[in-house]
Amino acid sequence: MFDTGDVSRPLPRSLLAEAEPFDDLLPEEAFPGDSSPGEAGSGPVLWVVPSLAEAARRVRPTTLAVDRTLPVLEALDGLLPDGLRRGITVGVSGTGARSVALALMARATGTGSWVVVVGDGDLGLAAAAEVGVALERLVVVDAPGREQWAPVVATFVGAVDLVLVSPGHRPSMGDVRRLAARCRERGSVLVHLSPESPGSPGVGRLVGDWPGRLDLRFSVDGAVWDGPHGGQGRLRSRRVEVSVTGRGLPTEGRRDTLLLPGPSGVPAHP
Amino acid sequence: MTPTAVRTLVVGCSDWPLVALGVASDESALVLGAGRVVAATGPARAVGVALGQRRREAQFLCPEVRVLARDEGQEARGFEAVVSALGTVTPWVEVRRPGRCSFGVRGPVRLFGGESALVRHTAEVVDAAVARIGAGVPAGTAAGPGCRIGVADGAFAAGLAAHSGGAAPEHSVIVPRGGSPAFLVPLPVGVLLPVGSAGGSTDLVDVLIRLGLTTLGAFAALPVADVLARFGTDGLDAHRLASGIDDRPVGHRPAPPDLAVSMAFDPPVDRIDRAAFAARSAAEALHERLSARGMACTRVVVEAETEHGQRVSRRWRDEGVLGPVAVADRVRWQLEGWLHGPPAVRPTSGITRLVLAPDEVVPASGRQLGFWGGVSAADERAGRACARVVGLMGPGSVRIPEWRGGRDPGDRVVLVPFVEPLREGGSGACPGRGGKPEVEPWPGALPGPSPAAVHLEPVVVDVVDAAGAPVGVDGRSRLSAPPDRLIVPQPPAGSRQVVAPGERVVAWAGPWPVDERWWDPLRRRRRVRLQVVTADGTALLVVLTDGRWTVAATYD
Repeated sequence: MFDTGDVSRPLPRSLLAEAEPFDDLLPEEAFPGDSSPGEAGSGPVLWVVPSLAEAARRVRPTTLAVDRTLPVLEALDGLLPDGLRRGITVGVSGTGARSVALALMARATGTGSWVVVVGDGDLGLAAAAEVGVALERLVVVDAPGREQWAPVVATFVGAVDLVLVSPGHRPSMGDVRRLAARCRERGSVLVHLSPESPGSPGVGRLVGDWPGRLDLRFSVDGAVWDGPHGGQGRLRSRRVEVSVTGRGLPTEGRRDTLLLPGPSGVPAHP
Repeated sequence: MTPTAVRTLVVGCSDWPLVALGVASDESALVLGAGRVVAATGPARAVGVALGQRRREAQFLCPEVRVLARDEGQEARGFEAVVSALGTVTPWVEVRRPGRCSFGVRGPVRLFGGESALVRHTAEVVDAAVARIGAGVPAGTAAGPGCRIGVADGAFAAGLAAHSGGAAPEHSVIVPRGGSPAFLVPLPVGVLLPVGSAGGSTDLVDVLIRLGLTTLGAFAALPVADVLARFGTDGLDAHRLASGIDDRPVGHRPAPPDLAVSMAFDPPVDRIDRAAFAARSAAEALHERLSARGMACTRVVVEAETEHGQRVSRRWRDEGVLGPVAVADRVRWQLEGWLHGPPAVRPTSGITRLVLAPDEVVPASGRQLGFWGGVSAADERAGRACARVVGLMGPGSVRIPEWRGGRDPGDRVVLVPFVEPLREGGSGACPGRGGKPEVEPWPGALPGPSPAAVHLEPVVVDVVDAAGAPVGVDGRSRLSAPPDRLIVPQPPAGSRQVVAPGERVVAWAGPWPVDERWWDPLRRRRRVRLQVVTADGTALLVVLTDGRWTVAATYD
C-alpha cells in the first residue's frame, strides 16, 4: 500500500505485460521439445512442479457465459440482449457519447461493480445519478500526464469492472494493446469516450482517436430534442438512433431508437 | 475458570492537545483536528463548546475563542517526556496515544505502599513533567485541569474511572478490587464507541441504543452466547468490556519471539520525515508477517538503537487490534518523541536500528466480506487501486462524488478527494460516500434531466438575435429578443470544441433567473439560465453572468 518509493516509476512490467497466449497450457506441454524420450537417460530430467496458482487454475470451475457479462439497463436490451460482455473494449463517440456511456454502466454499478472515470472532468455527475449510476461506486480521477496515463489506467483495469477513459492525447499502440489484453485477462470493461464524432472538423480527430481495435463501437445520430418551444417548456427527452457494431454482432450491427435521456433522466424506449 | 482483569492504573491528561500547545487553562481556546473540536479549555466548555463540534458551531457559541490547529508531532513529543518520567514509577508503562497511558499496579503498589500513595506519587511525577513542557506558560496555570488518574480491574474500567474523576490526586477514582463490574453498570453504552475498529462499534452502539440497552449493565446482562450469535466477535469483545471481566480480546497470548521486524538505517536517521517513512513500511512488514500466521497484534514494542549503542523502547497498546496504519501512527509518534522531544528524553545520536516487536497477539478473526451490502471484495479492490493511484499521482487526484444539492447541475454533486481509510478492519475500506440524492427543494433549480457534461471551464459564446444584435435581459429577466444564433470565438488550440461556431438555435427555453446569496456581496451569484437546441441537435445550457454568456453544460 505504501510504496510511494516508485512514484515516478511506471508500474512493474509484469503488471502491464500482455497475457502469455499459452499460459493456460501446462508447462510440460508448452515445451514438448525440452525432454524428448530418447534423451531422457542422458541429460538431467527437469521435474516441473506446478505452482499453487497453476494448480488453482486447473481446478477452477468453468465459468458460464452468463457470469461473464455485466447487466445493462432494460432500455439497452435491444442493443445488447445478453448484457455487456466482460473483458472487452468499448468505444463511444460523438454527440450523446456520455449519455450512452452512463447508460451502459448504470445497471452494473447497482449490482456492486465499480466505475472509475479517468480524465473526463466534464462528466455530469447529477446526470449520472439520474441515469441510475450508484454514485457511491463511482470514482473520478484527474487526467494523468502522458507518461502516467497507461500505468494509472492499468491499475484500475482489473481492480474495477468498468473503466471509462477519455485520454487527452493519443495513447501509444503498445499501451492500448496491453490494456486490452489486461481487460481480457481480468474481465474488466474499458470504455473509451471521445466526445467528438469521428468525422467532425477541428481538433477532435487527432485527440480522440483510439489507436487499437475496439470490440464494440457505439454511435449516436439523429438526435431530436423534445420539450422547448419558442421559449416555452423545457428540455424533456431526446430521441436518438443508437447503433452498435463490433465483434459477435451481425455485420451491419444493431440499431435501436431510444429516449436518451428519457423524461425522468433514465434511458427509455419511446 | 473465570478470567480476571489485571489491576491497572490509567493516566489520562484531559485535553492533551491543548496542554501540548502550551495553552493556559483560563484562556478560552480550542484545538481543531480534521475540522472538529478535539480539545477545549474550561472557559470554552462553560459556554457550550463540546468535543466533535464543527468550527463554526464552536465559534458561534464562543466568538472570542482562540482556534488552534492540532499538532500531533508536538503532542507526541510532549507526552514522550511524561512517559519517560513515569519510568521512575514503573518500567511497564503502556502508551495508548499521546495523552493517555497505563500500567499494571501490582509491582509499584508494593513499592509505594498502597494504591492511594501510588496515585499520589504518579500525579506528582506527571504534573512535574507537564510543568517542564509548558515552560512558557505562567506557573500555576499550566497543565490545565491537570492529569486524571483512575485505578480499576482492567484498563477499560480504569480509563473510565480516570475520565469520571477530577484532577489527581485528590479527586482520583480508585475502584475497589473486584468492583469493576459494579462500577461499569450505570455507564452509558456510548463509552464503547472509541473501542475497537472504527466502524464496527459505532454500528454496535447504535443497535444497542435502539434495542433499549442504554447502559453497560443492561448490555452485560445479556447472555454471552446470544451476544456472540447476534453481534459476532466484535460484539463479544464489547460484551467482555461491558461486564468488566477482562478487557483484553479473546484468545490473547504472548507473541512468539521470532516475529519482530527490524530495520537498519545507514546513515542514522535523525529527521522525522525519513523515520516516518520507514515506520510505514516496517508496520506493513509486521502486519504481513503476523497475518501470514493468522495473528493480529494488540500491543507492540517500539525499540530503537542509536549510533552510540543506546537502546530505548516503549510499549504501545490500543483497545482492540492494531492494524498497520495504527501501528505506523504509533511508531511515528514515538519517533517524533525520541527525535524531537525534550533533551532529557532525546537519544544522544541518530537512530541506526528500529525494531517493532509484537508483544501480545490474538488470533486474527479476519474479515467477513459482505454478502448483501457492507464491504465486498470488489469494494476492497477498488479502494486499494484508488490508494495506489493516489500514490502515483499525488493526493487529491482521485476524487469521489458527494451530494450537496444546488440549483445548477454542477452544484448538485461535488467531488471530494478520496482519503485512504485510516484504519484497517473498519467498515470504511473504500470511498463509498456518494450518499442519497438531496430531497430538499431548491427553488429555482433547473428541472431534470440533467446535462451529461458540465464544463469545468465554461466556454464564452455570443448569443445574438435574428438581427445580429446581442441578446440581453432586462431587470425583470425577460430576454430582449429570441436567440437566433450562437457565435463562438475561435476555441483555443488543443481544447475540446463544445459547439460549432455560428450554430443556429432551433429551439430554446427559459430564461430562468436565479439570484443566490444576495446577502453576501462577495459570494453573490446572479445569473440567467437558458436552454438552447442548435441545428445539429445539440442541447446546451447557456448562462448569462455579468453581461457575458457562457456554455456551462452540454446535454451530451
